[in-house]
Amino acid sequence: MVSAKVTVVFKEGVLDPQGKTIFNALQDLGYNSVKSVSTGKVFNLDLEKDDRQDAERELNEICQKLLANPVIEDYRIEVE
Amino acid sequence: MKFGVVTFPGSNCDYDTYAAVRHILSEEVEFLWHLDADLKGSDVVILPGGFSYGDYLRTGAIARFSPIVKEVIKFAREGGTVWGICNGFQILLEAGLLPGAMLRNKGLRFICRYVNIRVESVGNRLTAGLNQGQVLRIPIAHSDGNYYDYPEKIEKLKENDQIVFRYCDSEGNITAESNPNGSFDNIAGICNRDKNVFGMMPHPERAVENVLNSTDGLKLFESIRAYYSRRAVV
Repeated sequence: MVSAKVTVVFKEGVLDPQGKTIFNALQDLGYNSVKSVSTGKVFNLDLEKDDRQDAERELNEICQKLLANPVIEDYRIEVE
Repeated sequence: MKFGVVTFPGSNCDYDTYAAVRHILSEEVEFLWHLDADLKGSDVVILPGGFSYGDYLRTGAIARFSPIVKEVIKFAREGGTVWGICNGFQILLEAGLLPGAMLRNKGLRFICRYVNIRVESVGNRLTAGLNQGQVLRIPIAHSDGNYYDYPEKIEKLKENDQIVFRYCDSEGNITAESNPNGSFDNIAGICNRDKNVFGMMPHPERAVENVLNSTDGLKLFESIRAYYSRRAVV
């Protein structure tokens, strides 16, 4: 079994209205050290695979096909 | 001619769309179930508004893999008319039948109100019966209608005359104030390169009777019908 964490984030330059709203809220709360906030999604997947590379190959396919929208999002795969 | 209206789990404008075609336009129409890979001989397939599959993951992201959408993709490639309204537009973007993607509305809120949209192109079957620059008053109802694509892709849309509607004021001026959701270039509706697949955020099926405060939406249905009756004559 292979466990993986997939993180999907907006591409650079794509408007992230939620991130911007959270950023503004943090400024209002006085956390002035915060210089930027961006939001994303995290997916935890367990795959019935023995081979790590094989799992990574399939995870890439899964990300491109479903978990991320390549027009607006990038993804990162971390296999445990 | 015959219309088909797809029902996904979570569609909520399918009956309005069906009623607009059947009772106002007085044309043949059938519901198409998302699990059936059958368009029942439709000439025009409408993907209606709603929250297909609960909008889980991203709007339209799950619906695009349903058996009916696989058929819709084939149908579109053969030149059939596909019309996505609101959630239907979002599904067509996810399915890759139309370019670009939807982001959350700029103000992060669900917006439900009448807007003005300007007809940017009449070189297609959806708006052939209208005038260039004509202003339509049609309601929107969405959280994710902030159309986005790379600037160079938007340029391509312009070059190919694929921008069909833009948000405007009541005089037809394209202004920042008349853009309800932050859409790139005020874009409210587009079509594909071959001009047989359409996506728009406003709901024309909600503007087909005087009692609904506008009949501007009906003009789009009539334009499509006129296209098919011209074809029938030829």
